[in-house]
Amino acid sequence: MTMATQTLSQKIIARAAGRKSVAPGEIVTCRVDLAMMHDSGGPRRVKPMLEKLGAKVWDPDKIVVITDHYLPANDDESRRIIHIAREWVKEAGVTRFHDGEGICHVVLPQKGYLHPGMFVVGGDSHSPTGGAFGAYMFGVGATEMLGVLVTGEIWLKVPHTILVDWSGKLGPAVSAKDMMLALCGRLGLDGGQYQAIQYAGDAISALPMQERMTLCNMAPEVGAQTGLVAPDAVTRDFLESVGASGTDGETWQGDPGAPLLAHHRFDASTLEPQVAAPHSPANAAPIGRHAGTRIDTAYIGACTGAKIEDLRMAARVLGGRRAAAHVRFVVAPASAHDQAIAAREGTLQILVDAGAELLANSCGICAGYGDDRLGENEVAITSTARNFKGRMGAASSQVYLASPYTVAASAIAGKICDPREFFK
Amino acid sequence: MNSGRAWVFGDNVDTDVLAPGKYMKSGIDEMARHCLEAVEPGFAGSVRSGDVVVGRRNFGTGSSREQAPQALKHLGVAALVAESFAGLFYRNALNLGLPAVVCADAGRIRDGDRVRVDPEAGRIENLSTGQTLACEPIPAHLMQMLRDGGLMPHLEKRLARQRETGESRL
Repeated sequence: MTMATQTLSQKIIARAAGRKSVAPGEIVTCRVDLAMMHDSGGPRRVKPMLEKLGAKVWDPDKIVVITDHYLPANDDESRRIIHIAREWVKEAGVTRFHDGEGICHVVLPQKGYLHPGMFVVGGDSHSPTGGAFGAYMFGVGATEMLGVLVTGEIWLKVPHTILVDWSGKLGPAVSAKDMMLALCGRLGLDGGQYQAIQYAGDAISALPMQERMTLCNMAPEVGAQTGLVAPDAVTRDFLESVGASGTDGETWQGDPGAPLLAHHRFDASTLEPQVAAPHSPANAAPIGRHAGTRIDTAYIGACTGAKIEDLRMAARVLGGRRAAAHVRFVVAPASAHDQAIAAREGTLQILVDAGAELLANSCGICAGYGDDRLGENEVAITSTARNFKGRMGAASSQVYLASPYTVAASAIAGKICDPREFFK
Repeated sequence: MNSGRAWVFGDNVDTDVLAPGKYMKSGIDEMARHCLEAVEPGFAGSVRSGDVVVGRRNFGTGSSREQAPQALKHLGVAALVAESFAGLFYRNALNLGLPAVVCADAGRIRDGDRVRVDPEAGRIENLSTGQTLACEPIPAHLMQMLRDGGLMPHLEKRLARQRETGESRL
């Protein structure tokens, strides 16, 4: 009997489940190659549960802890939460601890912890970001993470694969963020059906790693369990640059003709900048629909929208111009590493010269956990992933999601503005 | 399970309204007081032990924060019913021992109806209308965990068994 053809997701899951093959819909138990936690869903939640069970972690070398949600720790409760993380990693013997270096999803690959074929869980919904590296990575809650920490295993319903196929070439001032907002608009918040989205096509192959991260980062916004991109030369070059080479990277590919749940086709060459109106990423539409809407705040931030590639996009639009006088222009580079590159190459100076207020390399306003929040009726345009009601502040605040290009163009104009106007 | 009042919400009830970020630093008492306040300000003050929260499509969309189902459980909500749940939220709810039941006919339940949810049988009785609604069964391995009270008590049992038998691995 010949073995059925399998998608990349199935192959990774089969390997982690100790099987030759798995079929969509089957429930399997997988060994976890890596478990990532941050300060919010991580140590402060799992430490008391581990103590209650009298259990130890299954393998401290397979755990990564990164602080990002409660930084900067400006109050006693935040300081207490961060302190627990610092103490717990020592106690548990976790050496892969990154404190104040940036947002977990961005720091994780920079440290060379991810490579193709890995089966990874993260204690955050945007964990599918790791799928950009050809890993199967998805988000779990704190109790589920506790289960992983104790057993080294997790159950999974083997997903079907939804192919999101982008042909053509992106135009000027159009980016991965626009691709994802367009997908949110087409599929809605549950079109991913908790299955796996694989991104492919000429326009995907042409994207640098960080743009692929943006695609996978937002797979949860359409309700997918994860998003992933099959590894190629771009993946290999990135892995080599972070010292994660020597892996069998490019051998991790799906079988040609493996059955798909759906095949969505898009043409990158006709894609316009997208804007998602309050209060859902699924309210995405071409920018013309919202151009001219006056804004109070323009925010380049978060794992979705403040990596070095995102900062470069913003700088390309700004190029010596200043944000409008009435606009609060905020930039929170996603990691210290990305910020250092931006400083070295001059990108950061362009942002600062435009009037950017620099915030810490953390989740910041996007998570809505700290004191820096949007006020009553404040209108913001952001490069982040979610604009649910009240997420970033007052329930009356209005958040429009867009690409870093569009956020920068809108900062200059003081109203939602098509960034292509700056590339004519 | 006893009957409770149905609190009916729409599509895409998200984790930011269930567990607002502003209270993520706080304990579950404080968080629960603000559960759903952005869409239903009186909810936390009025919901009673044994009540049932009903959504339409994609209930619990958004974050991995399990304070979302935890806040509902803390307020005494006995079960969740929806046409569909966000996958991550569904796992979190069951891990915390809060039954989440998929029911294609969830839209037939009206706000304020008295309902009785039986996750084992996959059935909802609407005492106000006399209707019985069929639900999708909860997968067997999750039903077992739910009977134990959630993942923590389930793991406690596994660990106790392991210590008795002297097995090295779970």
